[in-house]
Amino acid sequence: MSLNTLTLQQARTKLDKREITALELTEACLARITQVDADIRACLLVCADEARTAARAADERLRRGEKGGLLGIPYLCKDNIMVKGLATTAASRIIENYLAPYDATVIKKLKQAGAVLLGKTNLDEFAHGASTENSAYGPTHNPRHLSHVPGGSSGGSAAAVAADMCIFAIGSDTGGSIRYPASFCGVFGLKPSYGRVSRFGLLSMTSSTDVIGPLTKTAEDAALVLQVIAGPDEHDATTTPEPVGKYTQAVAAAKDLKGMTIGWPKEYFIKDLDSRVAARVRAAAEKLEAADAKFKEVSLPYTKYGIPVYYIITPSEISSNLARFDGIGWGKAHQEADNLQDFYKYSRGSGFGPEAKRRIMLGTYALSAGYYDAYYKKAQAVRTLIINDFAAAFKEVDLLLTPAAPHPAFKIGEHLDDPLAMYLEDVFMSGASLAGLPAISVPAGLVEHREGTPLPVGAQLIGPRLSEAAVLQAAKILEQAK
Amino acid sequence: MPISREEIEHIAELSRLSLTEEEKEKFGKQLDSILAYISQLNEVDTRRVEPTAQVSGLADVWRPDEVKPWDQSEVAAALRQGELEGGQIKVKRVL
Repeated sequence: MSLNTLTLQQARTKLDKREITALELTEACLARITQVDADIRACLLVCADEARTAARAADERLRRGEKGGLLGIPYLCKDNIMVKGLATTAASRIIENYLAPYDATVIKKLKQAGAVLLGKTNLDEFAHGASTENSAYGPTHNPRHLSHVPGGSSGGSAAAVAADMCIFAIGSDTGGSIRYPASFCGVFGLKPSYGRVSRFGLLSMTSSTDVIGPLTKTAEDAALVLQVIAGPDEHDATTTPEPVGKYTQAVAAAKDLKGMTIGWPKEYFIKDLDSRVAARVRAAAEKLEAADAKFKEVSLPYTKYGIPVYYIITPSEISSNLARFDGIGWGKAHQEADNLQDFYKYSRGSGFGPEAKRRIMLGTYALSAGYYDAYYKKAQAVRTLIINDFAAAFKEVDLLLTPAAPHPAFKIGEHLDDPLAMYLEDVFMSGASLAGLPAISVPAGLVEHREGTPLPVGAQLIGPRLSEAAVLQAAKILEQAK
Repeated sequence: MPISREEIEHIAELSRLSLTEEEKEKFGKQLDSILAYISQLNEVDTRRVEPTAQVSGLADVWRPDEVKPWDQSEVAAALRQGELEGGQIKVKRVL
């Protein structure tokens, strides 16, 4: 058995029993990257030397008898999160020569825990997209079917986990960017509650919904990673002071779902939902019922406004957050212009790709004089109604079960230059993001498709704010049900 | 109502983006169709609804206004990533 195919928990056990070393595990992952990534293109950067150094240091800590959930575990990280001394491109040309001057808080925590960074993964430029086709460095390919997208925007991270290039990966989720690619690649993707994990050192996209979280091979693995990266941070004032849950303990102890009621939100089972996906989600519900969960139909009447609200709020925040990329101090400078205004315009016009420009334009329009009330303020008000929908549902049920994506992965190039069609991909994702709720995409099996190789689909579990332990418990039960 | 060419140019100006003629044409059409889709929000009565700006569950997060030490090599690394002249970041003339 190749070590790179181990789950995090399996690798943990073998490392602790001294059956393997962190260096061997790291070498196995690096070899796998060399073997498959020319075709998959999940990694934008591989830092093999630094990884070996970190693996040796972890082995030394293990030899001294140190214990730790992630000690000696190799991982990959989405390239919109800063790692000191490494290029952080956000898959954009505008900062392609930028070197991160400091570590993001999650990276600092992972380093302290002894996790071994292998490299940085591809994404849609600045995390704007759902297919990883918006990367300035070319698309990532779905490891299950190379002509298909891996989903996005954390498509590199999802593909890398699915192809066993790493033991786990870190992604960011603004409106589905962890959960949606996880469903396309057949892995677990957890979006924690807003404020549960520090975003310090994450390149800001939509500050009111951005969250960092893990992509893993099992639910238990997601708990192990969350346990390390969760918690308040003085450098991110939006992090919650609420105590961090005992996620690993809760998931290890999960045996059944006795006493748990799961909601089936009728508005998520729309006519555009692929019938094969709907069948897989129904099968997931049956498995959860078999583990003694009770099911109840609930209504979230404002669900259909999730996409329009999201695509006002997100571009608006993007137009503000991306204003900092002015061409000065980010590595690249456009020299042709002879005055500052033209310099800004040329730097940004040539440095940003089409989707980033589109979102900046849309957000600037929505926030401009005369339109602010009609678009931004209106979207913020409907956002309140969406939040209230979830609050009402969680008075009746403990969790919600929904599809993750409306269909399995589509072909690379299929939605090229149809931005609205791409925005609609987030239909089941945007609600939990707008409400700041924890949600996980769980592999729900494979569906046949016309070109042979079956493709994975995902079921989504959404919980009330800070209910990560319950979300992960249900995900584990679903994973282990036969 | 479709977005006019003048409006697209105005938005590009506010966004500090130089756009080609082709981009202006394309983005204009795409923004039209996106905004048409978004206009369904007008169906919703929000007269008695408070807007939501953030969902952190927190309000008024204060800290003392104090300078805290930061690793000087990191500060230096942050500041040397542009065109420098005499230790200063060089920018184009404003006027």
